[in-house]
Amino acid sequence: MTTLAEAPQRRQEREVHVSDRAKAETRLGQRLVAPAIILMLVVTAFPMLRALYLSLFNYSLTAPEDRDFVGLSNYLTALTDPLFWKTTGVTVLYMVVTVSIELVIGFAFAMVMHRVIFARGVIRTSILIPYGIITVVSGFAWQFAFSFQNGFINNWLPFIDSDFNWFGQTTPAVIAICVSEIWKTTPFMSLLLLAGLAQVSEDMIEAAKVDGATWWQRLWRVILPNMRAAIMVAVLFRALDAYRIFDNIFVMTAGAVNTESISFLTYRQTIEQFQLGIGSALSVLLFLSVLVIAGLIVKVFRVDLAAARQEG
Amino acid sequence: MAATALSACGSDDGPPTLNWYVNPDGVDTLTALAKSCSTDQYKIAIQLLPSGATDQRTQLARRLAAKDSSTDLMSLDPVFVAEFANANWLEQLPDDVAAKATDDDVLSGAAETVTWDDGVYAFPQWANTQVLWYRKSLAEAAGLDMSQPVTWDQVIDAAADNGGTVGVQANKYEAYVVWINALIQGAGGDIISDNEAGKDAKIDIDSDAGKDAAAVIQKLADSKAAQPDLTTSNEGTSLGQMYAGAGEFMTNWTFVYQNYKGLVDSGDITQDDFSDLGWARYPATVEGEDSRPPIGGIDIGVGAYSKHPDYALEAAACVTSSEAQVDLAVNEGLMPSRTSAYQDPKLTEAYPADLLQLFSQSVEDGGPRPKSAYYATISAAVQSVWHSPTSVNPDTTPEKSAKFLRDVLDGKALL
Repeated sequence: MTTLAEAPQRRQEREVHVSDRAKAETRLGQRLVAPAIILMLVVTAFPMLRALYLSLFNYSLTAPEDRDFVGLSNYLTALTDPLFWKTTGVTVLYMVVTVSIELVIGFAFAMVMHRVIFARGVIRTSILIPYGIITVVSGFAWQFAFSFQNGFINNWLPFIDSDFNWFGQTTPAVIAICVSEIWKTTPFMSLLLLAGLAQVSEDMIEAAKVDGATWWQRLWRVILPNMRAAIMVAVLFRALDAYRIFDNIFVMTAGAVNTESISFLTYRQTIEQFQLGIGSALSVLLFLSVLVIAGLIVKVFRVDLAAARQEG
Repeated sequence: MAATALSACGSDDGPPTLNWYVNPDGVDTLTALAKSCSTDQYKIAIQLLPSGATDQRTQLARRLAAKDSSTDLMSLDPVFVAEFANANWLEQLPDDVAAKATDDDVLSGAAETVTWDDGVYAFPQWANTQVLWYRKSLAEAAGLDMSQPVTWDQVIDAAADNGGTVGVQANKYEAYVVWINALIQGAGGDIISDNEAGKDAKIDIDSDAGKDAAAVIQKLADSKAAQPDLTTSNEGTSLGQMYAGAGEFMTNWTFVYQNYKGLVDSGDITQDDFSDLGWARYPATVEGEDSRPPIGGIDIGVGAYSKHPDYALEAAACVTSSEAQVDLAVNEGLMPSRTSAYQDPKLTEAYPADLLQLFSQSVEDGGPRPKSAYYATISAAVQSVWHSPTSVNPDTTPEKSAKFLRDVLDGKALL
């Protein structure tokens, strides 16, 4: 109780003693970043507000004179349409499957990169190579790999017929897209986890070792709990990225056989159909769902982001 | 120094360059045309569009929606003229130019594709149409008199009873709508009418004609004459079936003749095989009613934001002249939209007279797809309900399709 009561008081005292020079530096700092913040707001806020505005209209780019104000009707249409929920379901599936697998493989890679003592540069570089490849290129590469005409996957898997068409049905097509996505972005996950691993104090691990903790116990009781913030950041970044999946689907199936994600549905409405109203409504819904996912992940990991940045 | 560098980059020196966005059909001849139609006042430069019609439309639309002043001329699939004109992306042709672009020499099917809302918005360049290609021996075995108009029912039965197949385009893409539209128009109906009302157009697909069209698709899908890849078939997949087994009846565009002729030259088929290739008017949906063969091809539009609209109009007239059309037909197999071009000796040498007659008659009598500012939406909505062909049912598909189309146009359903 005493500790709790004292803490705010101490902080208050610190604030009182902020020097004029520190205040002036803070003001200078604010002035220096202000142009960047204003520019960022203009660049990001304008399209977002414009999308919000357009989403209130039934508006096709090829029929500018037929533009009708329909209020929230586009949102109602989207939220009551089975197609919206079907694509949302598929998108969540992509996100959950790829992020879970990437977390496990990415952590294994991070451990390798962290502990490796020989050829460290080569090993780290080779693990990171897929992330350096453009998604469209990796999508094409995996499309060829899964092709029953000239791909190698069917020949490598003994339980698959050599003429099995991966892109002919939903489940195999989703698997192929997930494989491409996992291959491409696991290095990113491992890079973030490597940064987290580097922050775990070697002293703590040594102490646990001295206390007789097995490798498994050290991992679960020492390393992972101390990496919680890094894991959250990795999962958060990748989950948001995975929820917006587009390129791999565009290249590999073009949305056929129910592999369409919510981003792809938005693209089709806006770019292919020129339906700016419903397309904008879908992008606003996509934005809101990304916010919800981000909030959920932060809540699940119970990480105080300010504490993670050592500002608390 | 900087001023020199800047002026070197500018285009103020010399005549302006007009950009002509072309689809990748017949690029060699189009490049030659661009060169021969360039003058001392302007040069024409070719810019390539993607190969798919949808991608071509998207790329042009993205430029024009951004008011791109460097899009001077563009090759447009006829179904997109109405969309682009309604969006104010195309320069309307002045009356005197319009009169020349659509004079009596232009086949009516092609001339119809360039008009929108009482104005003319493009120059017909080449006209594509579909005919019924078939193996003469197969038709003979079936006892079918191909000198008379045939119906889809006759063709499907003839193929099924004699070990042959019927080749169509039924993948989930634009060409499937081409087939559906031709079937509906062949039965005297339309997908929509009162098109200029935009999204309030009248939806007619749920009609007797719609049911007749669905019945043909259902019959083929249930028949032995259906090709194994019916649900994913396209213009290219059915080509290979002509000389496989007993052969096939196939509805396809005009390029087929040159395609098989090339196979004789490359030794893939014999001259006898090639002599067995027959052609006839597009099959009728309903016995006794004339078929309405599909219309395709390319129209040349002038960008509304072009810095040199007068030059662009002049250039467009030049690249669509009768001589230019003959070159395209002889070199690339892209058929003319002008009657006079069909009489040109260069063309009559390159094609059999009856085939040329069939092509021009088909364009003349052809049925265009719906002209609407919402064409892309209409097409996608039709594909969505009518695909796959194996699920088409005359009792339910037209009705379901009409309801879905209404909901999509009203913004009450996602597509």
